[in-house]
Amino acid sequence: MLDKVGIAKRIAKEIKDGYYVNLGIGIPTLVANYIPQGMNVVLQSENGLLGMGPFPFEGEEDPDLINAGKQTITTVPGSSFFDSAMSFGMIRARKVDLTILGAMEVADNGDIANWKIPGKMVKGMGGAMDLVASAKNIIVAMQHVNKANESKLLTKCTLPLTGVKCVKKIVTELAVIDVTPQGFKLLERAPGISVEQIKNATEGKLIIEGEIPEMIID
Amino acid sequence: MNKTVKNAEEAIKDIQDNATLMLGGFGLCGIPENSIAALVKKGVKGLTCISNNAGVDDFGIGLLLKTHQVKKMISSYVGENAEFERQLLSGELEVELIPQGTLATRCLAAGYGMPAIFTPAGVGTEVAIGKETRTFMVDGAEKEFLMEMAFDADFAIVKAWKGDTQGNLVFRETARNFNPMMAMAGKITIAEVEELVPAGELNPDHIHTPGIYVHRIFQGVNYEKRIEQRTVRTR
Repeated sequence: MLDKVGIAKRIAKEIKDGYYVNLGIGIPTLVANYIPQGMNVVLQSENGLLGMGPFPFEGEEDPDLINAGKQTITTVPGSSFFDSAMSFGMIRARKVDLTILGAMEVADNGDIANWKIPGKMVKGMGGAMDLVASAKNIIVAMQHVNKANESKLLTKCTLPLTGVKCVKKIVTELAVIDVTPQGFKLLERAPGISVEQIKNATEGKLIIEGEIPEMIID
Repeated sequence: MNKTVKNAEEAIKDIQDNATLMLGGFGLCGIPENSIAALVKKGVKGLTCISNNAGVDDFGIGLLLKTHQVKKMISSYVGENAEFERQLLSGELEVELIPQGTLATRCLAAGYGMPAIFTPAGVGTEVAIGKETRTFMVDGAEKEFLMEMAFDADFAIVKAWKGDTQGNLVFRETARNFNPMMAMAGKITIAEVEELVPAGELNPDHIHTPGIYVHRIFQGVNYEKRIEQRTVRTR
């Protein structure tokens, strides 16, 4: 079974040289730490920055320089700033190659729910609806089951949707799964996890073809 | 054309109860601190605030919430604010949550003189309820879009890094965020800046918002520029 870092490491392997990538809050943020050295990847922060760098050294925090999670950050050589309309313009125009975000539920047709739980305080969708509606490629980092051991990979989302038919790939603590027109397709197992365990943890339609390899994480 | 006013009090003096305001900023970054303080002091009530966030309990728009001056918030994300939550649950405060890109682009549309935009954000979700949709071809496939209307705000209040007496504005780093398109979208736009210079001192090539959009400008004082999430690494 993978921990959060394991999920982030596995997702980092999906990033290709030359990609512009938007990382959501939570596990997706960790992905930045595992992008292979020497690979040219530009991180987009939707509050208006291309070329997000690491956190600043203590004492060098700049209140004018934050990411979409409102954390103090830095720039990298070649960075650029822009306003929020242009930021979502480049997202809507599909200039961003890959969006990585978290989810509460994903359905086997690619629907995603990640912004609202009825009866709980609703904080808002932020940029998530814009990102999922337009991204060329969306990878979801999430837990396969909830605390009650119920599947979060479903036939149909029970929570209010963030977007429809948009998720392309899911990486959980148990598996790597592609979302295909036929349903969830199992690609890889987490170390020590059996196909049977993944089947039992997946409520939506799961396609299993041939031998399912164990994922390789450095 | 000198747009300079003395201070925040003078800039906001004709904002009346029940006005619709746009307030620039993302989180606490690039917010019009002086104008918010002046609004609290003036005590105008029943405000509708269009702003990406609602501040924190004791800073930003949170200050206007504490004094019950806000009737409605139109935002994309309103976490990190206990008083906000309390007023929302008790029904004192109305909230309209909209996708962040939709918020930004509805401001942009107002500033560009376009009545509406089409966006895919929110298609198939509760955001789409009651909205007109259109299908367009995108990359050879049909895709559904929501029609979203340009905002109509009485005042836009923005914060810039530098400005000149003609109202030309320059923003700094990610403190730019919603400020430029809100500046374009207000019937009356008020800009507060960290440094106000005479016209001619800013390089015309470096101006982000041309002064035609700005009606009043003043140099703010005592900027706190509070950091919401201080994250650092060790050397």
